[in-house]
Formats: sequence, structure tokens, C-alpha cells
Amino acid sequence: MKKVLANIYLWVVIAVLYAPILIILIFSFTEAKVLGSWNGFSLNLYANLFKGEAGPSLNSAIINTLLIAVVSASVSTVLGSVAAIGIHNMKRRQRKVMTFVNSIPMINPDIITGISIFLLFVFLGISRGLGTIICAHIAFCTPYVVLSVMPRLMKMNPNLYEAALDLGATPFYALRKVMFPELRPGMLSGFILSLTLSIDDFAVTLFNKGSGGIDTLSTYIYADARKGGLTPELRPLFSIIFITILLLLVVYNYRTSKQTKKGGEEK
Amino acid sequence: MEFLLALFGKRKAWAWPYAVFMTIFVVLPLVMVVYYSFVDANGFTLRYFHKFFLANDSINTFIYSIGVAMITTLVCALVGYPCAYFMANKEFGAPKVMAMLFILPMWINILLRTLATVALFDFMKLELDEGALIFGMVYNFLPFMIYPIYNTLQKMDPALTEAAKDLGATPYRVFKDVVFPLSLPGLYSGVVMVFMPTISTFAVAELLTMNNVKLFGSIIQENINAGLLNYGSALSLILLVIIGLTSFLGDDE
Repeated sequence: MKKVLANIYLWVVIAVLYAPILIILIFSFTEAKVLGSWNGFSLNLYANLFKGEAGPSLNSAIINTLLIAVVSASVSTVLGSVAAIGIHNMKRRQRKVMTFVNSIPMINPDIITGISIFLLFVFLGISRGLGTIICAHIAFCTPYVVLSVMPRLMKMNPNLYEAALDLGATPFYALRKVMFPELRPGMLSGFILSLTLSIDDFAVTLFNKGSGGIDTLSTYIYADARKGGLTPELRPLFSIIFITILLLLVVYNYRTSKQTKKGGEEK
Repeated sequence: MEFLLALFGKRKAWAWPYAVFMTIFVVLPLVMVVYYSFVDANGFTLRYFHKFFLANDSINTFIYSIGVAMITTLVCALVGYPCAYFMANKEFGAPKVMAMLFILPMWINILLRTLATVALFDFMKLELDEGALIFGMVYNFLPFMIYPIYNTLQKMDPALTEAAKDLGATPYRVFKDVVFPLSLPGLYSGVVMVFMPTISTFAVAELLTMNNVKLFGSIIQENINAGLLNYGSALSLILLVIIGLTSFLGDDE
């Protein structure tokens, strides 16, 4: 009885959490301009989206979002991983300072991150655009890379790298052959996290995009919603994003659960 | 090349590029916020803080936002704690995927999630008022509450509750004297993680109430947008102080 009630409670909360998403999903299959009215099943919105007929600004917003995410996640991953190795080898006090600075962008609300970087650009007289957005994104993504690489470094045997050097490996070779394989899982999760953070970001982009007409998906949606109506093609786009993430998570979960099972058997 | 090799031969030096980057894009910008709050074209001034405390509009919004954030946090804790508790306890037999299901919506753009909430309210012919605002905030930030509590509960040694039971404690007392006190760190971080974004988001409130209700974040954004950088910075600084206090108090426990 207790069990049933607990499960009912959980499923009710989940149902409420998913209700809005479900509505968008359902209404992506009708052509109605306004969400909530149904005028027959149709895949036209999907077709429009893929043919790029949803309007040039939506297309460029999608491209910008992906471009910014890939560039800033890549730079963050390299910068953060190298930094993590450095921080790991620092003395206590220096390390404390670095970890503190590293935690600032994570604690700061994104409106503050956005405004503060914006003020810097204003102060220095730098005109805002794609470059400034990417810089700002790197600034709030890299701390997460550092945090996901650090535990791998802690677990790693510190003598391995030294041993490689002693055996005649060049620092670069040792880095590639010894360090990198150990850090790769941490770097990968840092990269993925950075990608999602960057794609998801709204406030930081809004303040640093300037008035040159560069929009990401978030700022496009914001402008769209303020104008009153939401571009209907956003519904299929949103559904595709949601389903993709759902599938990715299912695959990821399935793989990790299989791995842990394997690990359990080996023991 | 020689110089570079000497410079980066020591591995701790590898953190330097990042240190330089962070100084430019994290530390300096915060210095800018302080600078613009206190210095304008006429030099040092306190008039922007003066303006904040005298302008009824801003201070009221400020207090109102703190109220909304508190209610949101409270509702999140009341709804989220049982969720975390049921999921972490094996005896309820909740499937393991459940925890994943709670975080999944977080991967969806916050604006889209908010618009989806608006759509839900429209669909059910409900009014977009303060109730909608609280619902939307809770909807957006509930996972932030559930997850830390779930984590601490899951890491808890089950031997502790068993020992309490063996020693004759009723289920209620096991919860009150053992489980709940041990879950407090998770609850605290959940509170911080919900309170902070609630008080600072601006677009969410705008979209949820058709711009009828303004939160503190919106006021900041409007001022910055209107080019009132000094006043916007002063408001940002006030928000920063609140955030600092909240996370400091959260750390303390």
C-alpha cells in the first residue's frame, strides 16, 4: 500500500513535469498557427523546418547556436583540461585560489555573468558579435571541464607520466600516450556538458550579442515570444531536440548499466 | 621555442593560460560591475544605491522577488523532498530510471520549457497570474531541489536506519531523528540551487505572466538595455551580495 502510494505520487509529479512538453509534442503535428488549436494531423511544420521555410532568421539562429556551442565547447575542453593538469600540480595555496576563481562562474547567476562581461566589453570599447558571445561562453563552460577532468587526475597514478619521461618519451608524446587516455572520459563529459550549457544559454548571450542581428535559438525564441506569437516551426524543432536528448540518455544509460553489470561480474 | 619550453616545462605552469583567461573574463568583469556601480561620468558616487533605496519601484520589486523566490523554494522543497525520499528508498521499489526522468526536462532550453508551461496554462484555460509564475518557477527548478536531496539520501548508510529500527524506533522517529537530519546538507544545497536562479531569472517571469509581473532580474535587464549602465550595475551588485550571502549561509551548515 505504502509502495503504491509512493509510486503514484512520483508518477503524478512526473506527469505534471512532462505535461507542457507533451502538449508541444502533440501540437507539432498540426498546422495551426496558435498553440492549442488543432486543425488536423499534418507533418507540414516538420517539412517547413527541414526545407528551411521557417524563415531565414530561424535558420541562421540554429546555425549560430551550433557553431557557438561547438567552438566554445572545444576551446573550453582544451583550455580546461590543460588547466586542470596545471592546477593539479600546484601547491595548496595557489590551488585554492584557482579553484575559487573556477567556482565563480558556476555560482554566479547567468544574468550577472552576462552583464559583467558585457560591461568589460563596453569599458574596453570592443564591439559585440559572434566573437564576444564565444568568449563569454568559454568563460562559463571551462570551469565545468576543469571540474570533470580533476577527479580523473586525482585517480591517476602520478608516477606514470614521470615514468614515461624517464623511459625517453618527449613531454608531448607522454602527454598523448599516457595522460590523454586517462583523462579522456573526463574531457568527454566536460565537452558534452559544455555543449549543453552553451546551447541552453540565454542570458549571457543576450547581453553579449550586440545589435548586429546575431541570434541564437534562445534569443530568437525570446524575441519571438515577446512579439506575441511563437513561430509554429519551433514546435517540431523542440520535439526533435527533446526526442534526440531522450534517445541519447537512454543509450547512455543502457551502456553504463551494461558496463556496471560487466564490472560486477568480473569481481 | 626554448623560452616556451622552459615556461611550460613545469606542469603547474599549464594553468597559466586559464588563469589569464579567467582574470580577463571572470575577475575583471566583476571588478567592472563594482566600478560602474560607484563611478560615473562625474567620478565617485553613491547616488545609484541611493536611487535604489528611494525609488519605490525597484525596492518593491526586490522584496517581491525575494518573496517569490522563497515561496518557490518552499514549494520545491515540499514537493521535491518526498520525490527524493521515495526514489532513494529501495522499499518503495521505484524504478531506477525515475531519477533520470526528473532531470531530463532540464536539458530543454529554459525559454522553451517556460513557453510550454504558458501553452499548458492556455490549453487548460487558466489565467497567467502569480499562480502561473510560481508554477512555472517550480516546474523549472524542481529538479535542482530533488537531485541534491536524492544524492545525500542515497549515499546514506542503510545500517543507520536499520539500527534505529532494531532499537525500537517507530518509522516516524526513524525519519525525524535519523533520516531527516542526515539529509539536511542535500536540502540546503537544494534550497540554494533553487533560490538563486529564481531570484535572478528575468525572461521566465516575463513570459509566464505576459509581462505583468516583474522580478528583480527584469529590472536589471531593462536598465542595462536602456543604457543605464551605472544603475544596472548597482542593482547587479545588490543581487551579487544576496547571492553571496545565500551561498555563504548554505556553506555554513
